[in-house]
Amino acid sequence: MSNTFLVAVDGSEGSVRAADFATERALASKSKLVLAYVIEWSPYSFHTPDELAERHKRREEEIERAQSTVLAPVSKSVKDKGVEVEVVVHHGHPSETLVDLAKDRGATQIFIGRKGQSRVASLLFGSVAGSLVQTSPVPVTVVP
Amino acid sequence: MKRILLSAVIMLLATATAHAAGFDETINTATAPIAAWVGKIVFFKIPVFGAQLPLVVLWLVVGAVFFTFYMGFINIRGFKHAIELVRGDYANPKDAGEVSHFQALATAVSGTVGIGNIGGVAVAVTVGGPGATFWLIMAGFLGMSTKFVECTLGVKYRNENPDGSVSGGPMYYLRKGFSERGMEGLGKFLGMFYAIGIFIGALGIGNMFQSNQAYVQLNNVAGGGLDGLGWLVGLIMAGIVFLVIVGGIKSIARVTEKIVPFMAIFYCVFALIVIFMNAEVIPQAIANIFAGAWTGEGVAGGALGALIIGFQRAVFSNEAGIGSASIAHSAVRTNEPITEGTVSLLEPFIDTIVICTITALVIGTTAAADPNFAGDAKGIAMTSAAFERQISWFPIPLAFAGVLFAFSTMISWSYYGLKGWTYIFGESMRGQTIYKLIFCAFVMLGCIVQLGPILDISDALVFLICVPNILGLYVLAPIVKRELNSYLARIESGEIKRFKGG
Repeated sequence: MSNTFLVAVDGSEGSVRAADFATERALASKSKLVLAYVIEWSPYSFHTPDELAERHKRREEEIERAQSTVLAPVSKSVKDKGVEVEVVVHHGHPSETLVDLAKDRGATQIFIGRKGQSRVASLLFGSVAGSLVQTSPVPVTVVP
Repeated sequence: MKRILLSAVIMLLATATAHAAGFDETINTATAPIAAWVGKIVFFKIPVFGAQLPLVVLWLVVGAVFFTFYMGFINIRGFKHAIELVRGDYANPKDAGEVSHFQALATAVSGTVGIGNIGGVAVAVTVGGPGATFWLIMAGFLGMSTKFVECTLGVKYRNENPDGSVSGGPMYYLRKGFSERGMEGLGKFLGMFYAIGIFIGALGIGNMFQSNQAYVQLNNVAGGGLDGLGWLVGLIMAGIVFLVIVGGIKSIARVTEKIVPFMAIFYCVFALIVIFMNAEVIPQAIANIFAGAWTGEGVAGGALGALIIGFQRAVFSNEAGIGSASIAHSAVRTNEPITEGTVSLLEPFIDTIVICTITALVIGTTAAADPNFAGDAKGIAMTSAAFERQISWFPIPLAFAGVLFAFSTMISWSYYGLKGWTYIFGESMRGQTIYKLIFCAFVMLGCIVQLGPILDISDALVFLICVPNILGLYVLAPIVKRELNSYLARIESGEIKRFKGG
């Protein structure tokens, strides 16, 4: 039984480096990769009736766009290196969703790129990598 | 397309400016007889024990009582589960990104929490005495059951359009539900009748009444400085609504939808402050409410008169029985229509039992302390006067809240009316734009005519669509009951899983 590594992918350069790094580890330990893209979404936000009626359509579009523009290129390069890969797109709170996914897939490690935000920026916008480190049930590797 | 838009806007501007001064009166004289005529038909009254009981109010009360009993007091036993659903305890994480129960409820509540909660209650108390408040609360309680039935049906019989969006509401459940029960012709007729009704109602209760009361509020805080300028205020409001519904500038709507819940909380907090500033008369105000409910002292028609007014205003505020909220609720993607019905129980609760009651207490305690506080102010101006007596600057934020409530209600109702329109004329984009332009024109019209005739027409139209809607609810209630029993059994057996909490 091989290990499963979860990689957070958001299309940024950092996340590509995280995917590359995770691929090397996976090759070395014959592990499988799960590439996850989380679309930030809250069930407690407010919308107009119009937006509600179109929500399902928009959700499908968002998932489709994340799959084709962000995940597909990364997953191809991972596969080309000979590592088994699965892609997931999920809506929700980024770090919480990553933790849930890690539990669900039985991942033994999470890889995430970092943005190198300034202190002010991460105070204002929060840092996914930062809160993931605090809440993850498995070791987290933050790739610079 | 652009040309049509442009010419319509120019036309609007032209009519507005040309008639600036005498326009208000012209429209009022023109609409007053229509109001009287429509009112006479819809509110056909039968004399009972000295009170005039409009048949349509009886129709609503009987319906609400029937559904409460038939569903085994779902308004009480479904309450806890409704909160669990809104909290997301039963939400499957795999469906994240779809419309949540919370979002559907919040949207439907911003549609119902409006000027009716501030102004409508004052109207009830003016006409029906303090006792009307008791019946208002009672109507809210019973209305929870009606709302449960209509929102369940809204989800069950909605249409899923080929593009993935959804259209639902009474017109769909009337047509499809009746045809399932072998009454296809009647279903088609009632569906169409409802669609026409909600379309016209959207121009009244959901539009003219709202913009009218927003204008009254603004004029009130401006100390009458906007007298005769109704057309200008109307034009500005119509312009903003135009930007949102025609121009697709969703950010304005989104800002409003975000502010409205906070405004509602802000309103309640200040209302409670005002109530407690008159703490010594709270027992008296509550006593007046209970006593008035049974004696109806000084009210035309006595206790029954107070009851009629209370129920009428409650429906006007929480929309239970009108079926409009089921249009908003049908957007939720759930395999269990019952869950949406259960969540919608909370709507009359929040709208009527909480917010309306608080307003009634503000007026009640103020009146108990000084019966002449409002002078001859009516409607929203009366509520404003009650607040002003305790917190002198409060009419200004209240006016602001009132305008926002009115605006969010207009946005919600523009959608309800649109669904009626597309049911009648099909989903073509061109038709939808024509509808939206008509809607904007009525926003302006609402600021020009006075409260009297406008409120009457608006009331009448909204009550009119209760007739086919509740008829449909009776016919389809057995289906809802079957679903409810099956749902509860599956919760019991654990077949429907709880994902968190518990």
